[in-house]
Amino acid sequence: MGNNTEYYIHGINGPVIKVRGGRSLPRMSLVYVGKQRLFGEVVSSAGEESIVQIYEDSGGLAAGEPVYPTNEPMSVRLGPGMIGGIFDGIGRPLQIIESMAGSFIAKGINIESLDETKKWAVEVQVKEGEDVVPGQFFASCKESEMTEHRSMVPPGLVGRAVDVKPSGEYTVTEPIFYVEDGRGARTPVCLSQKWPVREPRPFAERRPIDRPLVTGQRVIDTLFPVGKGGCAAIPGPFGAGKTVVQHQLAKWSDADIIVYLGCGERGNEMTQVLDEFRELKDPRSGRPLMERTILVANTSNMPVAAREASIYTGMTIAEYYRDMGYHVALMADSTSRWAEALREISGRLEEMPAEESFPAYLPSRLAGFYERAGFVETLSGTEGSVTVIGAVSPQGGDFSEPVTQNTQRFVRCFWALDRSLAYARHFPSINWNNSYTEYFNELIPWYSENFGEDFTELRGRIMALLNEESSLMEIVKLIGSDILPDDQKLIIETAKVIREGFLQQNAFHATDTYMKPADQMSMLRIILRLYDGARGLVAASIPLRQLIDTGIFTVLERMKFELGGGRPASEFMELVDKAVASVRRANA
Amino acid sequence: MRIEYTGLSEIKGSLVALDGVKGAAYDELAEIYLPDGSRRRGRVILIDGERVVLESFEGTSGIDMESACTRFLGKPMTIALSGEILGRVFDGTGRPIDGLSEVYADERRDINGAAINPVSREYPRSFILTGISSIDATCTLIRGQKLPIFSGAGMSHNELAAQIVRQARVIATEGDDARFVTVFCAMGIKNDTADYFRKDFAESGALGRTVMFLNMASDPIIERVLTPRCAMTAAEYLAFELGYHVLVVMTDMTFYCEALREFSSSKGEIPSRKGFPSYMYSDLASIYERAGLIRGKPGSVTLVPILTMPGDDISHPIPDLTGYITEGQIVLSRELAQKGIYPPVSILPSLSRLMKDGTGEGFTRADHPDLSNQLFASYSEVSSARSLATVIGEDELSANDKLSLKFGDELERRFITQGMYEDRSIQATLDLGWELLSILPRDALSRVSDKVLDEHYVQLSHKL
Repeated sequence: MGNNTEYYIHGINGPVIKVRGGRSLPRMSLVYVGKQRLFGEVVSSAGEESIVQIYEDSGGLAAGEPVYPTNEPMSVRLGPGMIGGIFDGIGRPLQIIESMAGSFIAKGINIESLDETKKWAVEVQVKEGEDVVPGQFFASCKESEMTEHRSMVPPGLVGRAVDVKPSGEYTVTEPIFYVEDGRGARTPVCLSQKWPVREPRPFAERRPIDRPLVTGQRVIDTLFPVGKGGCAAIPGPFGAGKTVVQHQLAKWSDADIIVYLGCGERGNEMTQVLDEFRELKDPRSGRPLMERTILVANTSNMPVAAREASIYTGMTIAEYYRDMGYHVALMADSTSRWAEALREISGRLEEMPAEESFPAYLPSRLAGFYERAGFVETLSGTEGSVTVIGAVSPQGGDFSEPVTQNTQRFVRCFWALDRSLAYARHFPSINWNNSYTEYFNELIPWYSENFGEDFTELRGRIMALLNEESSLMEIVKLIGSDILPDDQKLIIETAKVIREGFLQQNAFHATDTYMKPADQMSMLRIILRLYDGARGLVAASIPLRQLIDTGIFTVLERMKFELGGGRPASEFMELVDKAVASVRRANA
Repeated sequence: MRIEYTGLSEIKGSLVALDGVKGAAYDELAEIYLPDGSRRRGRVILIDGERVVLESFEGTSGIDMESACTRFLGKPMTIALSGEILGRVFDGTGRPIDGLSEVYADERRDINGAAINPVSREYPRSFILTGISSIDATCTLIRGQKLPIFSGAGMSHNELAAQIVRQARVIATEGDDARFVTVFCAMGIKNDTADYFRKDFAESGALGRTVMFLNMASDPIIERVLTPRCAMTAAEYLAFELGYHVLVVMTDMTFYCEALREFSSSKGEIPSRKGFPSYMYSDLASIYERAGLIRGKPGSVTLVPILTMPGDDISHPIPDLTGYITEGQIVLSRELAQKGIYPPVSILPSLSRLMKDGTGEGFTRADHPDLSNQLFASYSEVSSARSLATVIGEDELSANDKLSLKFGDELERRFITQGMYEDRSIQATLDLGWELLSILPRDALSRVSDKVLDEHYVQLSHKL
């Protein structure tokens, strides 16, 4: 980037800058604006005038200051060193910004996402003279104790590997080898590569989704699973626990890499992730969770234009690890803030507004984002996936607003959080009547193999019980539960065990925060065993009250804490049988 | 010597446009001199070529297009800061209005501030004892938190805020002065309300530890948009430069948002929900997010904004957007207020997002999280018992539902209700909570383990 430029600032309206001075700049290319060289992107051009949105606060910029075009799209440098890091919306490392500028974020710091001085112990796998193809792994290094970083030949590069360096220590910008094409032109290949964030990274082909993201959260794993490579939305009013659900999934889901995107949310939440994930251990490897986590943060007080870019930055990082053959989960909290950023910029560009003054292209942008998720065969022939979990913050908790409605069109799993459940402190407040998953049928083979042949049937019965309860509750609200016949009372009592004992899960409890699939399955079996036994008693005209008085329902409501604490499920099965048998004996 | 521009090309609402201006900077301050010698201040909000639009803080009435002279100052809006601001009263733009001299500035700061780097934040964990049971037990305030009070017109939010200011203290932190200094920020409120706070601070001896920024209902709206920014700049300075624990009380955020709307519509912006500008979320966040703690700095900024929900509607854009930014909310209930209960804190919708990390063993008492969990769960069943009672009559209720009714009434009468000068210790609050829960049968308390119940459940001989 030179110091001579013919372009200058003509007008300023918040983060929207009018630029004049030469022929119009290419759309979506990167520019540096003003004497402070603030980062910006060209959003439209007409004749001599180009419109630029800048990613930093525009205070202090003056008309007439120079603008430096780069003619390159906005890109992020991908390579080892991202794991455990926290980046702003345009991929700048916040830890390094802190060391340069202190506790408050300063303007005009233009640094790359990766530390260019750090040396990595690299094992070079490519051979001299070998023909290489895009996506091929040419070297690996240990990025964290948990993660092997597989460096790939950048997309679009084909030819013969020459001048290959031996295994050893290299920085992310030192060439490891050169690719020589048919005409003898050489391109250096190093550990890092740049990729334009708004463009999906290529893969060989999409594969059908065939396994769930196992999360250890009972209501999700058993009732509303999301497939690896799928998309799920978590809509909910404030205080319903969106962020806690996102944190729980980031902590406990069985993905290899987590990209956590804090988009327009609270600064303290990012701090909490940073603090907590250093302490918490991954249940599978026993290593700190931060060793598989990457954070992208544009908190609500950081510049709004960078918020719009942040989801693409996060997605590009997720796709990069997917291409290494990892299963990646991208948590986007919250996509509504991103949509609002889109609306704010659209308003400043004086575009024609559509519904709720969101721009008319909101659905296509949302589609473009969610369609980058998927279970794929990568260019290198391995399999990898990006699962997207997007939080939605509907205004006033009203799901008919445009962001929720349009998101629903592009996701196949919908976890509707409910204000009244949250008020009763039923967490996670996923409402079982409004939520759904379309992935379940595709996942049945996996569940039969891993949860048990009878899983589908058990799940169906649990859903049916919850459903019957909600219609019975309509009556109870009017006349009270005492009047109901025993078989209906039983449904209500069993559903209560399911709701309080099974669906409710305490994220802050030492053992209840995560439950192994096998234990979840045991719980389902035990609860239904009680239901079946009790139904037998009711059929024999034995009052249900007698069984309730044994306290067995209360025992099952608290069973989750003890199962997690190591008490075997078989003991509860026996307790159920004993309770039923004792009541039967008493009436014999 | 800077250039002066004579004459204006357009005046519209509080906006003023000039043509032929060269080199004006965005957000720069400007002064407009009128022939009578008076002066209006303004700020650059739009530049289009040589046309510059200013917002005038003091309004535009009386400005003459021909004769007004404008000078650009080449710097953004700043306020003067030093330790001496404690005990002072300023107007909405930071000028002293207590009849004393200008503040001798150790430093001048841009009122817009800069975002705290999330890496530099320290996660808030220190419990603040307010001495108010309904807040301490179920909606705990944490040092560095932003916790708004959602109220409605005519409810006792001012009294509650004043009580929080009087009683708030940090317990059990070694070696630091656990008292707060207060920054009070008034936006568009009536003189009586401001007087109420001033008197209350004076009576409790807090006035010397208080900075006041007052923008009254009759003051210009542009000034109102600047007031919270001045207050937060002062708070940041007191906390992160001078090491004080700062409690910021803002009232009334609803009037602030309405000022923002008025200003936005005068600029001709495309309105979003209920006519509020589409950037209201970012705008509110740029105020609220300035609260917090910074690693390695001793002070803290705790923010308690008050807002009156128009029509008591919690889904109105103002409380809605606020709730998405703040770390919880204290909701006041019209129903409780009508029953004569003070403070009318509605427990179920009130929430403190940070309490999970600042209560329990080592912070308050080991049983605190269990107690609050169970209080929420049990109290949420009261309303269904009450509505059932209105349909079938109280006599027809099951025994458990009757106990639930009793629990609800006693909770409201003894736990939520307290005097304006009553300062309860955390022990008293928690013990009272267990006592009330013990009205319910023991096996109805499913959120609590047997071990905790053994310790705290009280066997009562007569439940009904």
